[in-house]
Formats: sequence, structure tokens, C-alpha cells
Amino acid sequence: MFKSDISTSLRALSRSASPAPVAFDRRNFLRLSAGTGAGLVIGAYLPVGSASSAKAAAGEAAAVFNPFVSISPDNKVTVLSKHLDKGQGTATGLATLVAEELDADWSQMVAGFAPADTPVYKNTFFGVQGTGGSTAMANSFEQYRKAGAAARQMLVEAAAKAWKTDPAKITVAKGVVSDGTTSATFGELAAAAAKMPVPENPTLKDPKDFIYIGKSFPRLDQKDKVTAAPVFTQDVRLPGMLFAVMARPPRFGGKIGSVDAAKAKAVKGVKDIVTIPGGVAVVASSTWAAMKGREALQVTWDEGAADKRGTAELIAEYKALAAKPGIPVRKDGESEKAIAGAKTVIDTEFVFPFLAHAPMEPLNAVLQFKDGKATLKSGCQMPTIDQSVIAAILGIKPEDVAIETLWAGGSFGRRAVYNADYVAEAAHIVKALGTADPVKFVWTRDDDIKGGYYRPMYLHKVRIGLTEAGEIAGWHHRIVGQSIIDGTAFASALIKDGVDSTSVEGVNDTPYAIPNFEVEVHNTKVGAPPLWWRSVGHTHTAYVMETLIDEIAGLAGKDPVAFRLSMLEKTHPRHAAVLKLAAEKAGWGTPLPAGVARGVAVHESFKSFVAQVVEVRIVDGQAKVDRVVCAVDCGLAINPDNIVAQIEGGIGYGLGAVLHSQVTLTDGAVDQTNFNDYEVLRFNEMPKVEVHIVPSAAPPTGIGEPGTPPIGPAVANAVAALTGQRFRQLPLSVHKLAAT
Amino acid sequence: MTKLSINGREVEVTSDPDTPLLWVVRDELGLMGAKFGCGQALCGACTMHADGTPIRACVTPIESVAGQDITTPEGLTGPVADAVRNAWAKHDVAQCGYCQPGQIMSAVALLGGKPAPTDADIDEAMTGNICRCATYARIRTAIHTAAETLKG
Repeated sequence: MFKSDISTSLRALSRSASPAPVAFDRRNFLRLSAGTGAGLVIGAYLPVGSASSAKAAAGEAAAVFNPFVSISPDNKVTVLSKHLDKGQGTATGLATLVAEELDADWSQMVAGFAPADTPVYKNTFFGVQGTGGSTAMANSFEQYRKAGAAARQMLVEAAAKAWKTDPAKITVAKGVVSDGTTSATFGELAAAAAKMPVPENPTLKDPKDFIYIGKSFPRLDQKDKVTAAPVFTQDVRLPGMLFAVMARPPRFGGKIGSVDAAKAKAVKGVKDIVTIPGGVAVVASSTWAAMKGREALQVTWDEGAADKRGTAELIAEYKALAAKPGIPVRKDGESEKAIAGAKTVIDTEFVFPFLAHAPMEPLNAVLQFKDGKATLKSGCQMPTIDQSVIAAILGIKPEDVAIETLWAGGSFGRRAVYNADYVAEAAHIVKALGTADPVKFVWTRDDDIKGGYYRPMYLHKVRIGLTEAGEIAGWHHRIVGQSIIDGTAFASALIKDGVDSTSVEGVNDTPYAIPNFEVEVHNTKVGAPPLWWRSVGHTHTAYVMETLIDEIAGLAGKDPVAFRLSMLEKTHPRHAAVLKLAAEKAGWGTPLPAGVARGVAVHESFKSFVAQVVEVRIVDGQAKVDRVVCAVDCGLAINPDNIVAQIEGGIGYGLGAVLHSQVTLTDGAVDQTNFNDYEVLRFNEMPKVEVHIVPSAAPPTGIGEPGTPPIGPAVANAVAALTGQRFRQLPLSVHKLAAT
Repeated sequence: MTKLSINGREVEVTSDPDTPLLWVVRDELGLMGAKFGCGQALCGACTMHADGTPIRACVTPIESVAGQDITTPEGLTGPVADAVRNAWAKHDVAQCGYCQPGQIMSAVALLGGKPAPTDADIDEAMTGNICRCATYARIRTAIHTAAETLKG
């Protein structure tokens, strides 16, 4: 797919996973950071920002129109993204909204990141400044369009005043303001225009007049990324900078027993060894020296309180729990009675492993604490949390923590941490050193794979009763696993009556009409900290629901697509529409070469609807996916090519996990270390992906995450068609597959 | 002191001879194009060229490449590099972009040896470079586009 106007962006929204968009309790979030108030707002969308911070981010010479839009004398329009761009294209997407309403030329657009300033730059769904839940476009769509429209109106007013013309006679196109006889660039008018009154309710374009929205313009970060420009935290170099890595206990919950730093201190370049909460940091004059120092460091760990259960023990415990009643999530009718009287019963368990996010850029942060003020440079996904955590550790006010957000080398949820774990480590190191020099703190890949904050392990126990005709009579479903939200500041908003919505999403809200449907959950406690991972609960619930529905269709002798449509068509038209489109484009029902089978799945997540049809072969006992045909409905398509890119990426990310990835524990210690044993999707395994977007005028919804959930069940359904077996433990690589 | 030739320049570096090239280039010389991804030659983010051949700089001691012409992503020039970068931009390949300097180094080396690579050639040359954003399909397309451009 290739197009000269290609591109990116928009919608995107995070490929990071995080909390569900609308469920957030704003008041709860505001409590997270002292000093964040309601903020002044003009109209509902344009907060009055600190011009100084916007200026700092956009360049000193820039004229600041509002916290989101600045225009410099050299005619560059800088759009500050309040959301982190970790690859999902959000920064380009937000710039698209501004360019659209401003009638700018695409070549003059520049993307930057907003400073930390919660009242001004908060996620309007969360109440804190943060990115996640595939919400970036949905919560910014009107705000950034208004920011662009307001700036446009101010440029027109300034031109009218200068030229003594009626503003109604002035037109704006491709970055040029004109009254028919006189014209000027944005850059020429910017200084005067920024002084015009800020319109309270600027007029937005009629969608039929869109010139950027709905087209594919190239990513604004593409050139820097292709030329290897130093745009990442890993690339920061500052005078006098120190480098730090940290030694952590091998088991979760372990503590420092004793430290012998002599050998580490003898390593050339090592400057200091400091003990901080959770481990021991080695500080050096280079990254390599810090790493070598850590190798030489001798720490005896006190693992008395550590969790020493291995994966096998956890699975046994989870199975035992699944046999007992859990916390009720949903209860429609009498599932036990219906199952007891059923003609056929499916009684089965699914096991999902811990998963590390493993973004390509290992976690890192550059922090300096000087003269009572802290400055953090990092790919910050939750600036409000980072700010308040650093402030608490250093004993300063949150507003004395400045944050410069940098392009992040992936996240997939890992940078949206409720306790800012690695940023907190950096702050503890800086505090322990008592240095005014900047410290670059890095995790190695081993730290990343072994460090916790995983997609938790889950076990589902499902019993389904079927009638003689093969219809569902009753369905009893228990989910066992860690709550991601429990114990975090998000708890009061996202946990209700003991049920963490992220543990059960995708099951309790299934689109299928299931009579006598009962769902329960057991929340477990495990040493390894849990975290959202691209598409959160849907990573496991879509697999369970879509493989079971497929199995039920098979038992009834019905076509998997027709069976789903019969259950969805009347009540869930958007599910049905993507399913039909994917099936049609994939040639569902047409002959395939010997040894190849199709599988299908459809799932809603983050308010978007995705169906996938895959073509799979068995090669050397493993599944090989040749082709994925995907249909997506994510509301208004702001940048179609970025939707395609996010679906391609979401499929690749999910497919790697389904085929290969697992973090396992032995006696509580993580078995994997790096990409040799934590295997992810590689180049030669990437299928051909075709994406078809359902035209829609509905408000834009998520796209960073929704491509991930259907790939697992679609592949498993194809594998079942090939092998006659249903594989209910992931990854598939733990099984030896054989075509029948 | 170890003498190295980096991007056509002779430099003397003070790091120990067994220090991996990646850390000398990044922390001592300040060239940030090649990335740290795994430290064990498993992901390809650190890929550089030594006499035109791709190497994983994270496990390459500087003493082993003294006397060879080292090229980092920033120093990559010439028609093949231009064609590859232009193809990457044309297909909007990069998402997070962190692995892309390494991907581009591998792609340029491939096209240097095989101007018209097959899909199997591309698989073989690129499977050591991990992309967690899974931009693999676009990388494949971009390599074919670059090959077409170079054919003229």
C-alpha cells in the first residue's frame, strides 16, 4: 500500500493499554495530584494555558494562540500533543485536527509534546494528564479542532485590522490569508493575531469541507525517525550526566539483605553505589560502566517475604479457586439448572500466561534535581502521576517538577504505570546521590523481561450447556486472576463490588444473547505486579469467547460466520457489519489449497469493532499465519492510513504473544531473560494484512488497541479446523500441532 | 587508546578495548543513531556496518573492529541509503521508530549485495531485527520500492 499522501495518524490512540475511557471518576483522579484544580476554561474546550510553558515547548519566538497551537515567524505551526506518541500516531493526528480547522498547509505543521500541566492538558476522560485506553482521539477531537478554528479566526481578525478590511471578505487556504488583493502567511500575521481576543466558540467546519480529516497525510515524526535523529530518552546527553542501572531481587517481594559494593566500586567508571527502596543502584560515568559495575556488585537478598510460587503452583491454585464460587459479576437466569438439563455440556479451562510488554526502547528516564526544582525528560505517558510521584520523593511541590515528554520507543501499556515505578526509581537514585547533575537511569532488556508489571496470568473455567439443536441453554463462566486496578488510585473508579472491570471486559458485556448466563471472578494476589497490556482484559476474554462460540457453531454443524451473524445481526449491527465485510473480502467459503484453513473472530474493544479472517497452515508443528483480512469500524476515519498501520501493528503484537510469548516463574523467579527466551513476532512470521475500514460519520473511537484481541481466537479457530483440536493454553508454541 | 574509523573519520577512544562498540559510539562519541535494545545481539536495534557488513554493535568489542570502516546510521550515505530512506518515508514505515535505524542498516546491507531481493532474501536478511510495532509488512514493501528505485 503505497500512496504518496500516506500516512498517519490520527486516531491512534494508544496502543497502550489502559483504563477504559468513560469509566473514570474525575474527582478521584484529581486527588492524585495535589495542586491540580479545575483550571480556567474558555468555552468547554479551550483552557487558558500557561503561555510560558507552551512557548517553551514551541520555541521562544513563537506566538502562542492557545495551549495547543503556536505559530512562529518562520511560518511553522506547532501543535502540542497532550498525549504521548509512542508510535501510535497521535501527535500527527492531533496536528491533523488543527491543520484542518486552521486551513494550514501540511508542510508547515510541526508536532511537539505538551509540558506537564494537568488543568490545561488533562485527558478529559480521566481528569489527569495521561494517555491510554485508546482515548486520545476520542477525547481530543473537538478540543483540538476548536483550538485550530480559534487560531484561524484570530489570524483573520488580525489581517482585517491590518488591511482595514471586512473579516468576512478574508479567506484562508493552505497557510495563506488573503482578501483578494493583499495576502500574508500565518508567520507574518502570527504576532499580531495572537494578541486578538480568543473566540469563545469558534465555528467548526462542516465535515463535507474537510481537506485533511479522512485523508492520509504522512506522519510528522517520520523524517526524524528515518534519519535516526536523537528523539528518544535513550538519546539524551547532557553535560555532567551520570548513568545508572539498578539491581533488583530475583523474586518479587524480596528485600536487600546485605550489600558488598567493593568489587563494583573497583570497576572503572563506577562513581557510586546507592541503596534505594527496591534495590541497589550503580551509578557511573557511562552506561557500560554502570552495567559492568552491576555485574560485579554483590548483594545478598532477603527473600523471606518474597513470593516463591512458580507457574505450576499458581495454575494449581487457580484451578482450585475456579472450582469454588467467586464474586458475582453477572447473573441472568439459572445457569446451573440449564447446564444440568442440557443435552451436551462443554466443561473446560483456559490458561493464559504472564506477558511482558517489551517495548523496543527499554524503560528509562533522565532526571535532574537542582536548586529545588526537578526536570524529567522521558516518554511520559502519565505526566500527572510522574509529577506527583517525583515531588513526593524529592519533597517538593508537583509544580516544581517540570516534564519534557519525548517520543517514546513503544509502550503497549508499560509506560502508563499507576505508581510511576521506574520514574520513582530514578527519583530515589537522584535523592540518594544528592547530586545536582542529571542522571540517566536505564533498564536493560533483562530488567524489562524480569521486572514484573505483566499482563497477569488468568484462568477461565467455563461450562456451557447446549440443547439438542445445539443452541446455548446456559453458560457459567469463572475468571481467576490478579486485578490490575486493585490497590491503585484507579480503584474507586474501576472496581465495583469487588469486580475489576478490566478482568471481565469482553465476557460480561458479550454481544451474544446468552440465556442463563452467569459470570464470576476470583481476584488473586501474586508477587509479580500486574499491568494493562495492549487491549487489557480483551487480550484473554476475546480468546475465550470467540473460540467457544466457534466451537459451539462447529458442534451444531453450522458455518462459523453464519452462526455468529444469526446471533448478532438484529442486536449488534456494527459487529455484524465488520464480520460480513471481513468474510466477504477474505473470500469466506471459497476453496483453499490443501493444508490451509480459515479462522474468524469478531470483537469490540475501546468502542471500536474489529473482525478478522485468517489463513493458517501448520509448519513444523507450529501455526504459520499467511494472511489476515480485517474489517474495522472505529467511527470517523481521521487518517485512514494510520488506522491501517495500527491494525497491522495490533495484529503483529497480538500474534507474537499467541504464538510464542510467555513469562513463567520457577520458585517465584522469572525464567526468561531476553528475546531469546521471551520470544516475540519476527519479520518472517508477519502475515499479509489487508485492512478494510467501514465508512462512518460516528465520533472517532479507539484504534491503537482494538486490532489485537481478535487475532488470537481467529488463529486458534483456524488451528482447530486444521487439527481438530481446541488449544486452551497459550502460547500455542507449548503444543505440538498436527494437521489431521 | 583504540583507533577506530567511524563514518569515514579516524578517532581515538579511551574506553577499554573490550567495551562494546555500541556504548563507545553512543556514550563516548555521542552518536545516538544506533540503539540499545537487548545487549545480546537478539534484536538488531544496534546494527552498524563494518566494512559494509551488518554487525550487532552491542556485542562487538571495539578491539575486534579496529581498522575496519564502521558506519553508524547517521553516517549512512549513498544512493542505496537514499533510496531506502525515501522508501521508508513514502510508506510511512516507522511507528515508534526506535528499531528503524537498525532496520534501515540491515536493509541497506541487503540491497548492497542483492539489488533485487526476493521475499525469501528479505526474510533472511531482516529476521534478526525485531520491531514491536510490527511494521514488518511495510518494511518489506519499502525494500521492494527501494530496489525498484535503484533499478532506475
